[in-house]
Amino acid sequence: MTDANLTDSLRDRVQTAAGQGTALVICGSGSKAFLTGTAADETVDMTRHAGIVHYAPQELVLTVRAGTHLRDVEALLAEHGQMLAFEPPHYGPQATVGGTLAAGLSGPRRASAGAARDFVLGLRILNGRGEVLRFGGETIKNVAGYDVSRLMVGAFGTLGVLLDASFKVLPKPAQECTRVQDAPDAGAALKRLRETVLKPWPLSASAWLDGRLYLRLSGAAPAVAQAARALGGETLADDATFWRDLREQQFAFFTDPRPLWRLAVAPAATLLPETLVAPADRLMEWDGALRWVHSTAPAATLFAAAQARGGHATLWRNAPAGTPRRLQLPPALATLHQRLKAAFDPHGILNRGAFHPEP
Amino acid sequence: MNALVERPPLAPERRRRLIATLRGLLPADALLSADEALRPYECDGLSAYRSRPLAVALPHSIAETQAVLRACHAAGIPVVARGSGTGLSGGAYPLSDGVLLSLARMKSILSIDLENRSARVQPGVRNLAISEAVAPYGLYYAPDPSSQIACSIGGNVAENSGGVHCLKYGLTTHNLLKLEVLLADGERVTIGADALDAAGYDLLALMTGSEGLLGVVVEVTVKLLPKPESARVVMAAFDSVEACGAAVGDVIGAGIIPAGMEMMDKPAMGAAEDFLHCGYPVGSEAMVLVELDGLPEEVEDGIRRVEAVMRARGATDVRVSRNEAERANFWAGRKNAFPAVGRISPDYYCIDGTIPRGQLPHVLGRMRELSTHYRQRIANVFHAGDGNLHPLILYDANQPGEMERTEALALDILKLCVDVGGTITGEHGVGIEKINAMCHQFTSAEIEQFHAVKHAFDPAETLNPGKAIPTLHRCAEFGALHVHHGQLPHPELPRF
Ligand SMILES: Cc1cc2nc3c(=O)[nH]c(=O)nc-3n(C[C@H](O)[C@H](O)[C@H](O)COP(=O)(O)OP(=O)(O)OC[C@H]3O[C@@H](n4cnc5c(N)ncnc54)[C@H](O)[C@@H]3O)c2cc1C
Repeated sequence: MTDANLTDSLRDRVQTAAGQGTALVICGSGSKAFLTGTAADETVDMTRHAGIVHYAPQELVLTVRAGTHLRDVEALLAEHGQMLAFEPPHYGPQATVGGTLAAGLSGPRRASAGAARDFVLGLRILNGRGEVLRFGGETIKNVAGYDVSRLMVGAFGTLGVLLDASFKVLPKPAQECTRVQDAPDAGAALKRLRETVLKPWPLSASAWLDGRLYLRLSGAAPAVAQAARALGGETLADDATFWRDLREQQFAFFTDPRPLWRLAVAPAATLLPETLVAPADRLMEWDGALRWVHSTAPAATLFAAAQARGGHATLWRNAPAGTPRRLQLPPALATLHQRLKAAFDPHGILNRGAFHPEP
Repeated sequence: MNALVERPPLAPERRRRLIATLRGLLPADALLSADEALRPYECDGLSAYRSRPLAVALPHSIAETQAVLRACHAAGIPVVARGSGTGLSGGAYPLSDGVLLSLARMKSILSIDLENRSARVQPGVRNLAISEAVAPYGLYYAPDPSSQIACSIGGNVAENSGGVHCLKYGLTTHNLLKLEVLLADGERVTIGADALDAAGYDLLALMTGSEGLLGVVVEVTVKLLPKPESARVVMAAFDSVEACGAAVGDVIGAGIIPAGMEMMDKPAMGAAEDFLHCGYPVGSEAMVLVELDGLPEEVEDGIRRVEAVMRARGATDVRVSRNEAERANFWAGRKNAFPAVGRISPDYYCIDGTIPRGQLPHVLGRMRELSTHYRQRIANVFHAGDGNLHPLILYDANQPGEMERTEALALDILKLCVDVGGTITGEHGVGIEKINAMCHQFTSAEIEQFHAVKHAFDPAETLNPGKAIPTLHRCAEFGALHVHHGQLPHPELPRF
């Protein structure tokens, strides 16, 4: 595993770029580049700024440099029976910690355990002036100053170059078991999910695809056994592979060449009508709060449909040329975004155009 | 402490004009300006510091709140939001040239959404009132500050409050979905969503814990959780604080995340026992409460493992709650530790530093030395699971010198926390109280970045100005005395 602290040279790079107004693209392995479009003069390679800075299993705290491979981090944690509880998607074998946080993606455990930002305790960053700044820290509670670390998560590197991240890590559950039930109708599956999440069971993930509902239980052995009995259905063999392939979007559903939309909505929100999405073109995660659809409906229609359901839509993969990937923010929020961007990156050099506000 | 926000007085004519304007905007019962009526609003939970605002506005609705903000913004008058005033860091301390905006009258639970397991509430709703309202459905709102019968959800959002169950269930920031916020000029924005993530930057995280400096929260959508079927508490006594601290580490090391894990030292235990007679092991040096929740079989299994861990670390007494009444009783002393200590000392001052848990023995040892040095006693309660210390310094404000010694001791404890890799505040916020200590924790560039964030939201700086983030000049004055890691902090500033 690489172990190198390149803070000084990265700082010099950003300072020089700030002085000259050079647009920089901050790059890990590029596994999530499909999510953003950027216009840049130069690329900053983060992958050599890597290594474990500090790991204290008994404190549930891990600090790593941004270029560290996610798989190395997960392997280290597994040696100690621990994990990143937000179950991050890698989207590529070389995925880095920095890219994972910048994209702010969370996997199947999201609805029960929390999101990437929920497990970030602190970050060291370079702002667009090339200043090294540290926010948060290695303690589980910390309310000194604004919560800038969590603001960085999901900001796609537009507010700062992530240098090091401290995580709250959790013990791996003693037991996991996935039950599968037939649920040909998505609406009925959604209804069953609503009843399930009101039960005090250790549900750690759910998915509906191809007419089947998958429910994962995680926790102490007696709790998992008790809940599995109550849930019914069948036990899925090799369920780890199933959840990994779902997380990594390896199923045929995801590799379909048509435009793929991600809808984050209120978990109980009604399904999109079949005039917009054919029944076979839906996949649900996060107890209904995350819905993937293939649809050729106009972007504006899908943006509006997601908004009406308490959330937002993103054109995830296979964007046709000229189609906006994200809806413009309402004016007051857009202004706040522009001002925040200027507060962190006054010269506008970091990942220009990668995220809101769209250029 | 000793960090009062000095503000130039407002000309009487401007004050008259402002009050006349507000009278025109609000119903008669929603504006207080008579001196006597202002008195209850002089301070929050940090009652050593008091000041009278120009007026107190008590709007009933978002529209009225918006009207107050617009008028104050136009007149350049500062606004300090206030929930229930239980804050411990002076966040709701009024400014003498400003309006205190109390959200206490906006206290309706607007809707409970069982299907989405969420509730939409007004900012003045008390923390406990949410859990009470949803209890019939087997649900609850997880963050449970000890002040939960009084504190408001708006205040909880502003402070990112925690409770004894936050190791497992998270802080306020982990349990929110959406906020309706009014910016300083009255502009309304929706932050977050009914979904698990929202478009754009994570402003929900930024707003949480921003101490009323970035916006006024006028509506909150919280997540609800199903109530665990079973919860039981292990109470274990130790003859040294170090052994107790080590046992806490062992529980985590064994892969157990308890619902709550709280420590008390001998003085704190003694005060609580005298007050409430909850059967605490007062003869021992320290005790820990470990709560496990979940399905009954899971809890039984966990309890056995925790008991074994405690005994292996040499616990002198281990008891397990047998029913709900006993569980409530075990918690009662801990939840009332502050008032209990209030009975044994004329005054006490609560510290909120947080440390990496492994540093506990070192920090407690050093704290004992500091206590001797400053001649002030300390009782310790401790959110042990997440390293959040609450040393309570006992003092008597009427004895000359005690207040000053207490403040100096408090600052030394906070610096100790920062020096071992911790923070000056885990959950009570900076407010006016820890504003000097901020200079010890952050560099000039970091503080400037905070100001830039403030500026992005509130360019005219009318919301709670002077709180939470120190000016660099303040740090230079204060920081000149302190050299951190061999480096003079804020070296670019002139020294006075
Ligand atoms: C006995 C006791 C025990 C406590 N125990 C705990 C504990 O266990 N954990 C914990 O975290 N805290 C605890 N506290 C501290 C305090 O109760 C919390 O900080 C609480 O969240 C404050 O809520 P409040 O409604 O009283 O807010 P206030 O004190 O009125 O205000 C606090 C801050 O929030 C801002 N504010 C209030 N409402 C709004 C709004 N609607 N919009 C924007 N800003 C707003 C104010 O300007 C101020 O900066 C305790 C306090 C006491 C007195």
